[in-house]
Amino acid sequence: MYHYSNFDHKFVAERVAQFRAQVARRLDGSLSEDEFKPLRLMNGLYLQLHAYMLRVAIPYGTLNSRQMRQLAMIAERWDKGYGHFTTRQNIQFNWPKLEDVPDILQALADVEMHAIQTSGNTIRNVTADHFAGAAADEIADPRPIAELIRQWSTDHPEFQFLPRKFKIAVTGSPHDRAVTQAHDIGLRMTLQDGLRGFEVIVGGGLGRTPMIGKTLSPFVPLEDILPYLEAVVSTYNLLGRRDNKYKARIKITTHEHGIDNIKQKVETQLAKTKPLFTGEDMHILKEIERHFEPPNFKPANPPVEALSTTSHHPAFRAWLDTNITPHKEPGYAIVSVSLKKPGATPGDASAAQMRALADIARDFGHDELRISHEQNVILPHVHRADLPQVYHALRQADLATANIGLISDIIACPGMDYCALATARSIPVAQQIATRFHALKLEHDIGPLKLKISGCINACGHHHVGHIGILGLEKAGVESYQITLGGDAGADAEIGTRAGPGFGADEIVPAIERLLLGYLQLRIDRSESFLAAYRRLGLAPFKAILYPQARKAA
Amino acid sequence: MPVTPISKVVTANDLKSGEVIYLRFPHSWTPDLTMASVITDRDLARASLVFAQGQANVVVGAYLSDVIKDTDGPQASHFREKFRSTGPSNYRHGKQEI
Repeated sequence: MYHYSNFDHKFVAERVAQFRAQVARRLDGSLSEDEFKPLRLMNGLYLQLHAYMLRVAIPYGTLNSRQMRQLAMIAERWDKGYGHFTTRQNIQFNWPKLEDVPDILQALADVEMHAIQTSGNTIRNVTADHFAGAAADEIADPRPIAELIRQWSTDHPEFQFLPRKFKIAVTGSPHDRAVTQAHDIGLRMTLQDGLRGFEVIVGGGLGRTPMIGKTLSPFVPLEDILPYLEAVVSTYNLLGRRDNKYKARIKITTHEHGIDNIKQKVETQLAKTKPLFTGEDMHILKEIERHFEPPNFKPANPPVEALSTTSHHPAFRAWLDTNITPHKEPGYAIVSVSLKKPGATPGDASAAQMRALADIARDFGHDELRISHEQNVILPHVHRADLPQVYHALRQADLATANIGLISDIIACPGMDYCALATARSIPVAQQIATRFHALKLEHDIGPLKLKISGCINACGHHHVGHIGILGLEKAGVESYQITLGGDAGADAEIGTRAGPGFGADEIVPAIERLLLGYLQLRIDRSESFLAAYRRLGLAPFKAILYPQARKAA
Repeated sequence: MPVTPISKVVTANDLKSGEVIYLRFPHSWTPDLTMASVITDRDLARASLVFAQGQANVVVGAYLSDVIKDTDGPQASHFREKFRSTGPSNYRHGKQEI
């Protein structure tokens, strides 16, 4: 993985020192809150409902064991013993005290981490496929280019005050696990005549006005990607609306001006930016690529296709069935560690769990960890022969839940339990749904299902692209939950359709139960997933199940 | 024309900890909503808010919040304010740790 250069170390150290002085000036009254707020946001520090919240970037979701151990230390020393992994591959600490934040930032800098540009109208943490560098289906590891983008976008003088925040996601696989079509820019690696490049997608985004991104260019050669990105962001910087924050994202700019018009402007801008890139970026990329050399994989021995059949432990077999993904290297597996034990808060890990994950990564995972946008932790490189020991160690840490891709593997934003913007709670709804379906023993029968919950229209919980999405709102002074159906976050992303009126807090779990029991009746057989059944049948039969009273009235 | 009665408290977040706090007359802040001073006079409400906003080195983001008077002291009238006064529902953290 990438290790900081002297420049990186110096830059991050300077920012910590600056913020230390800014906090001191705020505490002694030299700075007002209006003056201090933009400074703290530049360093990822929000003031939420009950406390400050520090959002720490995990670039393209990659961590080593030392970093994970440091996050555990921070959680214990300065927070309440846990951290919350987010849908943008970040970690949030929910209870830091203002005066401790400079020390936390220093502790992060000690392990080559920071919280810079995790807020504000800047280019945010670059996200990537959480199986990058390990997936059997990828063209190449997308993380070197993601790191190049991180370096280019960090403190980029032209892009510190964009019309609105700007999110970039990268995938090296045609099987999109990075939701590239729901980002301001999505990059999908492709090959043309044997040369690597990217399909560039712009104007995707969820939130108040959900939109699926459009292809701006089907192929930009690798060596042109940085000038091309610079041209796109420059075009947006000038064209994007600053009069209305709800119309400021590039998705609205693209919608209002049209993709062809944007394309023309980007091409014109590219003619100016391209000569400014003299090839130095490709030298830097070459250097970065050295940091992402694959680990020294062990031989594929013993042949472990047989693992699931040789294992007689049913819980281990169930875990192998759901939490393991094929690895590009024979003899290896990708392990997804679920942070979604039924009843737990999606995405939360205790300090003890973080340390256990760090130990497992060190002992069995070539020292690598990933955070997925689905709020789970990935051990990307585990030898299949080590899977029983990894499972055992995860079990000891209460991390062996076998539910990846099932209904209880729910994405949920912090909602009104923490977030100052939320209009309703998300966490209790996720907890109740997961607990209910676990009790019903229906999870495996229902099969693949993406349920995603947001506690407000900003859609941090990606509800628009959930097969089932739940959006928490306020209606007449109480929490109300809208259901959307048929969304998809994959390679052919789709925005879900709102099913009808919202449900009260005490009605939403029974509604989801009704919906899925109905699906079990409607599907052709077990091989037809919820999403496939929805696509075959359309909204009407599911709507009738959700609103039986309306059916009676009709 | 009759004036609609009001029942409000001044609330904010503590600058150092970020904790939700409430104004208690004359000049102190309490983390406990039931100990907050309830304001029923509009002029006093305005003056109290100005006072709170003047405490920039102590509190952040002061505003007036509606409450219902109860025998145990004021209670939040909106669910968001209720969550602010109690803490998150997934852990017994914040005010629930006491």
